[in-house]
Amino acid sequence: MIKAEQKPVDEILGFLDAYKRILLVGCNGCAAVCHAGGEREVAILAATLRMARKKLGQKLEILEETSPRQCEPEFVDALAGKTEDVEAILSIACGVGVQALAERFSEIPVYPGVNTMFMGKTVEPGVWVERCQACGNCVLHLTGGICPVTRCAKQLLNGPCGGSRDGVCEIDGETPCAWQAIYDRLKATGQLDRLELFVPAKRWGRESRDRGPRTIVRGDLKQ
Amino acid sequence: MRAGSHLERVMEKGLFAVTGQLIPPKGNDAGGVKKKAELLRGYVDAVNVTDNQRAMVRMSSMAASSLLIGMGLEPVMQMVTRDRNRIALQSDILGSTALGVKNLLLLTGDHPCLGNQVDSKNVHDLDSVQLIDCARRMREEGKILGGEGFAGEVGILIGAVVNPFGDPFEFRVVRLAKKIDAGADFVQTQPVFDMNRFKEWMGMVRDRGLHERVHIMAGVVPLKSAAMAEFLRSGVPGITVPDNVIGRMAKASEPAEEGIRICVEQIEELKEMEGIHGVHIMTVDWEEKAGQIAEMAGLLPRPVLW
Ligand code: SF4
Ligand code: SF4
Repeated sequence: MIKAEQKPVDEILGFLDAYKRILLVGCNGCAAVCHAGGEREVAILAATLRMARKKLGQKLEILEETSPRQCEPEFVDALAGKTEDVEAILSIACGVGVQALAERFSEIPVYPGVNTMFMGKTVEPGVWVERCQACGNCVLHLTGGICPVTRCAKQLLNGPCGGSRDGVCEIDGETPCAWQAIYDRLKATGQLDRLELFVPAKRWGRESRDRGPRTIVRGDLKQ
Repeated sequence: MRAGSHLERVMEKGLFAVTGQLIPPKGNDAGGVKKKAELLRGYVDAVNVTDNQRAMVRMSSMAASSLLIGMGLEPVMQMVTRDRNRIALQSDILGSTALGVKNLLLLTGDHPCLGNQVDSKNVHDLDSVQLIDCARRMREEGKILGGEGFAGEVGILIGAVVNPFGDPFEFRVVRLAKKIDAGADFVQTQPVFDMNRFKEWMGMVRDRGLHERVHIMAGVVPLKSAAMAEFLRSGVPGITVPDNVIGRMAKASEPAEEGIRICVEQIEELKEMEGIHGVHIMTVDWEEKAGQIAEMAGLLPRPVLW
């Protein structure tokens, strides 16, 4: 799922300087799962912001909402009734949610309350790690189910660089070397021969994020 | 003849090749580059010109290579995939060969976070194996990636780097094989300090017959001090320095001389090793010692070939 973390409160306060009444919208999808933008976080952030403004002797009225999924048009539409007299919207959904609101409510400024980080998995409660960069042409079949695009610091597709030592990456003493992990896994599964394959240059420009937004059209689902 | 370079002739004749190293300055002083290059004249067959080594901003390897050509020296222009996408890389292959570069050494490069531009957007569009494949296709098919042709010919000797000291160890020979298959004509290894591991690796190389398919040059670095040995061991990715070498450096009364002695001993051992076709002497900003090392190791005079 998408992982996000809250922006520093001071940065958020800076966005809101000029406003007296805002709508704060969370999301019960990914942002809630990674404890960055669900109902609970909406309540905590609202209280924090109110308090901070009170200290400055200024009032801030905050309407609180949490959308089931801010990336879906029908749920965004459902917020339409809540924006009356609202001077700005603060969203603590991922960047997709923030933009969905900005597209829908074209007259109202929308601000992001979180930094959207990556697609990843939960390692343990409170620890998330990136696992996929949505490169658009998955190579996990070649690499034992371990993603070199995400996990190798140089995105190498043909094996480890010279800096891999004792299982750690050259970038620091803590990051595991993706290619050591790939090697170990292919060895364990009896698939070491895959390492001999030449993997040609990736088509980043066609399949990846470098060409403006990618679009999927499923004709069978389109109305 | 693929490139018609001097280095290629030396290798094709089965002579033991010697390359040196020039690290372009953190600045634009052409005179300084020439001065350093002059120290290598006559002692090596070609000079590797590094490409923003350790991810530090320096004079470009293409410009420094061009300065060397102007002096009648032969560069091995290094190119890393870290800073340029395939457009820039292929453009630089065309540009450098137009300037007279005949030897390229293609590698990934150290990660930007180890250098002085940690906030850069790191490129890594191609990896080194893909770049080698790309260069070979430019040379052999006259085509850039994607299949389009270009005017002219790219006569280049293609070099690669292999690290027998990285992990996973068994993969290191696979990696060499991939680079040969992709098109490497010669490879230079990371500096050899751990001779035992190097021998083990060469055994694996010979078992696969890879030494028959590519010219292997072993890298050596003359140590200046025990501190430098320690720094290479702990601070430079991909280099291992065993305890006995550190110990010798620490005990020496004249560490710099001891470092050169160790280097010469290594070269002598490497000269005798089946499958080693040359040495790459990486002096790391100590160019004035290259001649002495070559002399002491019995590598002089260098052949003059036409
Ligand atoms: S190869 Fe691409 S799609 Fe597959 S996990 Fe990695 S980034 Fe994601
Ligand atoms: S050490 Fe491993 S993970 Fe790090 S850049 Fe090299 S191959 Fe990739």
